Amino acid sequence: MINSVLLKYSIDLVAVLLLALGIKGLSKVRSARDANRLAAIAMGLAVVGVLVDFLGGSGISTNAWIWILLGTLVGGFFGMITANKVPMTAMPETVALFNGCGGMSSLLVAIGVLLFRSNSDEVQKTIDLVGNISIVVSVFVGAITFSGSIVAMAKLQGWLNTPAWTQSKLRHAINISFAVFALIGSIDLLFGGDSGLWLLVFGSSLLGIGVTLPIGGADMPVVISLLNSYSGVAAAAAGFVVESQLLIVAGAMVGAAGLILTQVMCNGMNRSLVSVLFGGALGVSSSRGGSDQSEYSNITSCSVDECALTIEAAERVVIVPGYGLAVAQAQHTLREVTRVLEAGGIEVSYAIHPVAGRMPGHMNVLLAEADVPYEQLKEMDVINPDFPATDVVLVLGANDVVNPQAKKDPNSPLYGMPVLDVYEARTVFVVKRGMSAGYSGIKNDLFELSNTSMVFGDAKKVLGDLLVELKELGLGRKG
Amino acid sequence: MDFSHTEALWVLLLGSLLGLELIGKVPPTLHTPLMSGANAVSGITTLAALSLIIKAGDNKPLLVIGSISLGFALFNVVGGFLVTDRMLAMFSRKTIRKKGNR
Repeated sequence: MINSVLLKYSIDLVAVLLLALGIKGLSKVRSARDANRLAAIAMGLAVVGVLVDFLGGSGISTNAWIWILLGTLVGGFFGMITANKVPMTAMPETVALFNGCGGMSSLLVAIGVLLFRSNSDEVQKTIDLVGNISIVVSVFVGAITFSGSIVAMAKLQGWLNTPAWTQSKLRHAINISFAVFALIGSIDLLFGGDSGLWLLVFGSSLLGIGVTLPIGGADMPVVISLLNSYSGVAAAAAGFVVESQLLIVAGAMVGAAGLILTQVMCNGMNRSLVSVLFGGALGVSSSRGGSDQSEYSNITSCSVDECALTIEAAERVVIVPGYGLAVAQAQHTLREVTRVLEAGGIEVSYAIHPVAGRMPGHMNVLLAEADVPYEQLKEMDVINPDFPATDVVLVLGANDVVNPQAKKDPNSPLYGMPVLDVYEARTVFVVKRGMSAGYSGIKNDLFELSNTSMVFGDAKKVLGDLLVELKELGLGRKG
Repeated sequence: MDFSHTEALWVLLLGSLLGLELIGKVPPTLHTPLMSGANAVSGITTLAALSLIIKAGDNKPLLVIGSISLGFALFNVVGGFLVTDRMLAMFSRKTIRKKGNR
């Protein structure tokens, strides 16, 4: 008996240590992969710790084993399938989905404990304020995490648009009323009522939807990161509910670390958390949009061979990858093109906007997959001063992150967002499927500039053609 | 095992402080993997779901709730770690090759 308690404590301590080391290691490129494994091992240890604790104490019934096995198999199986099948382009959505499920789990635990308690007289006695508060927090945060994450996922997948009403002041009133519902539910719960539970569950779920729905495009990563932090808080609250210190430590750690990461991301985008959460989506306001998008004039479009000729004569080429590149899965073709350019003595670098794609680091992951050397990826602050000395910029499926409006037009909803100053380069080619607006729905002034030419087509197809043209021009065979 | 709420609040406080200190400077490259990894760790509610099932006894609805909760949590944990590894594999493969070249 004593030994099993001792064993349980030491397992828990080792698990916490490994988890902390894991999260720390994940913030450095070199150690990241091992750190991830370390954290996974720690998680396994923690599970063993719980089982050991119960085996040494009250024991685990066969019945319980069956249900444990069932949940493990189903959850583990779908987790494995999802993790392996999901394309790299859909990474942000996937993280949101996983995160939502973590929140759901905490929510269910709290509901379970609450129902269990009201069914059992013996445990009824131990009702206390801290216990009730932790159940309320667990339900509240868990529900928000779940519904918010699912909305974030649906928006990133394009299943949900940003409804116009969510951009008006009305949404604050609606969200406040959801919050009031949740508050009434919580108060009822705190004083031992049971009917408050469902009010709390629905109030906080709706609040999660109401808060996430108005947030658009570029800000979504920040929201996912914040929701990730919430799921840590939900886990810590669940730790109070089931009285597990390990759960509290781990939950608190993720909650706090997630908050820092969110802050880091906000800094990267030069946005404050408050403006992300309450400022609404960029550019979807009803006064703009719509009519704006058809107002393009002076668009120069050019064919792939013209583009190839210009690139061939260049000395310095900068590639600006965006979501379009990811969607077209064109990273490998792009790498072939740049190999030819490099073989021809042309200096190639990649300008990575902090939120290019749909999530920070999205493009880095994608280009790493295609074997692009790490040192060629330049962050925005590093590469921006270089654009005036750049011959050709190739914008591949990026839009909002190269919009000069953000610097020049104080009336633009994008104003103030840091962008890549590609318009300063001598020639800009924009590879794009059509004239549709970017994720923010805002017109891009870059397309109308005299040094910009549009190359219409799917990024992969255009790059494939470009590769053929460049080879025909004899590029890469000179050396 | 004894569980006191005062102690637990200390644990919460110290855990939060630890979390705040763990992440200092993160290169943008690692934002997505780090978020994904931290997200997998938040699936630690697995433990809560486990103890819920074990303590449930013969209470059928509770067993079902616990099992569903465990399923969701493990979906988060297993999927989260695997997907993070998949992302990071791309970085490490490249670093190895880089070392080989130079």
